[in-house]
Amino acid sequence: MTPIIETSSVTMRINGATLVDGIDLSVGRGEMVAIVGPNGAGKSTLLRLLSGDLQPTRGNVKLKQADLRSYASAQLATHRATLSQHVSVTFPFTVEEIVRMGAGDMSIAAAQPLVEAAMDEVAVGPLRHRQLPTLSGGEQQRAHFARVLVQLARGEAFHGPGLLLLDEPTSSLDLRHQIQMVEIAGRRARNGTAVIAILHDLNLAARFATRIIVIHRGVIVANGTPEKTITDDMIRKVFEVDVIVQYHGDGSPVVLPQAMRSIDPNSAARPVP
Amino acid sequence: MTTTDGIGNAKPSQGRKTVRPSPVLTIGCLLLSLTAAGLVAVTVGAAGIPLHRVPAALGFWAVEQTDALLARDQLVLWSIRIPRILAAATVGGLLATSGAIMQGLFRNPLADPALVGVSSGGAFAAAGAIVLVDSSYGEAVRFMQNALLPLAAFLGSLATTLILYGIASRAGRTSIAIFLLAGLAIAAIANAGLGLLVFVADDRQLRDITFWLLGSLSGATWSKTATIAPVLAVGLIACLWIGRGLDVLVLGESEAFHSGINVERLKRVSIVLISAMTGVAVAVCGVVGFIGIVVPHLLRLVIGPGHRLLLPASALLGAILVVGADTLARTIVAPAEMPIGILTAAIGAPFFLAILLRQRGLTGL
Repeated sequence: MTPIIETSSVTMRINGATLVDGIDLSVGRGEMVAIVGPNGAGKSTLLRLLSGDLQPTRGNVKLKQADLRSYASAQLATHRATLSQHVSVTFPFTVEEIVRMGAGDMSIAAAQPLVEAAMDEVAVGPLRHRQLPTLSGGEQQRAHFARVLVQLARGEAFHGPGLLLLDEPTSSLDLRHQIQMVEIAGRRARNGTAVIAILHDLNLAARFATRIIVIHRGVIVANGTPEKTITDDMIRKVFEVDVIVQYHGDGSPVVLPQAMRSIDPNSAARPVP
Repeated sequence: MTTTDGIGNAKPSQGRKTVRPSPVLTIGCLLLSLTAAGLVAVTVGAAGIPLHRVPAALGFWAVEQTDALLARDQLVLWSIRIPRILAAATVGGLLATSGAIMQGLFRNPLADPALVGVSSGGAFAAAGAIVLVDSSYGEAVRFMQNALLPLAAFLGSLATTLILYGIASRAGRTSIAIFLLAGLAIAAIANAGLGLLVFVADDRQLRDITFWLLGSLSGATWSKTATIAPVLAVGLIACLWIGRGLDVLVLGESEAFHSGINVERLKRVSIVLISAMTGVAVAVCGVVGFIGIVVPHLLRLVIGPGHRLLLPASALLGAILVVGADTLARTIVAPAEMPIGILTAAIGAPFFLAILLRQRGLTGL
């Protein structure tokens, strides 16, 4: 299968520090890839290289077989959509106006079905007439996610499955909205979109991703299914903590921090409630 | 509030619903107000012309006897008052629009061409011209004395903006934070230079510089208005083009790029627009403050922050305010005239502070 995005020995150096070191990566249609790794591992830098926000010092990034640099910014926006980590808005735009920004230069009438669908899916409909700066961090995050979904839908209507990049999309969300967000991303992947998300919660990553890429000190140290990548050995090496990895009924790994070992290991071996 | 979907019973945080008036209604109301302000401005002044005599003086209908009063009315209207009102409207449009563009560019409702020294740069250059022309070195340029002041002010604004851009832009990227800080430093330098010029100027020059610094439209002529009006027209057309870009830029430079905006080009176009619009406004009427901050801020409260409507609406409200302020300036201490800059500052600054206090909790300014 031809990949949607692939990198060949991509390296990023800033002020003598190597943040990303010769990464080869390929993500195809319908994949939901979680990038995990400790703070400062180079995850966000890698995502910015994939989005075209940063130019690699060495190596290249190809989106749908064409060099990322060959896309004009307007054209690029119809092939990949990105949700960044911290987006602060100073002016009193309403949620609906923010979501509509994802529709680019479409007319308001033409964009409205996409805007409604995205607001429904992310459940920000009741907030549509509220001013974004007055909302909580999590509500703002969801509004931006709806905006990115509109951008993705607009692009995919023209060019077929695209690329969805999410930088710690769940960071300011409660548990219920974390699950909602990764489920929506998973739904996009099942429709053909290539989804790449940076996630800090290993359990969330293991439960919803089809593939996990572990990054440590700018290089990929593990790349494969959750069962193969989320191991106590890997976590000890990369995160420098001791954990117990158990397996859920459906085979997906569950990470228990060592401190929780006081629970009877036999009961912990069963599916986690 | 009701829930809308199958996700469950998520309760959004409580808050005020925002309702925006329609664009057509907004522009219509502003056009109507501008017409009303223009009519009032036509009728009042050192020589009062009652409203019923205005149509005849404008030549809308033929009047049988050409009495002395009519001749006086016509003279006052056509050679003094109308060019001045048009200049006031144009200057107001230029100042308010360039303020709105700059706030969008900086993602900061407090950014203003006067704040980052674009106006100060123009004022410094113009004051320099006043002193230079009078000195022994000024012989060569004295013949073009009348054109020198506006030209110097325009070049000063442009130079300031270019220096700012040179400092803040590196490897094709412009840092908004550095731009803003460098602007503050350059405004301080320009103001220091201005202080020096005031120090070395003789009494007559001092009066010229001071009057010009405080801002006045008393020197407005048809030719000056005809020079600056095309800048406003071109600027407003360009605003239609950059409006969406400025909206998305509110999300930040990275997000704007992700959304498909050519951020560098947007910033370059905005910077050129700001300096051209501020420059020619300073050239005609000196430094008139607060229009660029107050007008967009007020409008955002009513019509929202979307730039496609905000920019043209700012031009209209700016025109209304400056026409009104200028009318007040030339009547309040008649037959003398108050510098319009004093008026806009005296009314604008407390008003702005009041808005700021009310908004403080809401926007986290």
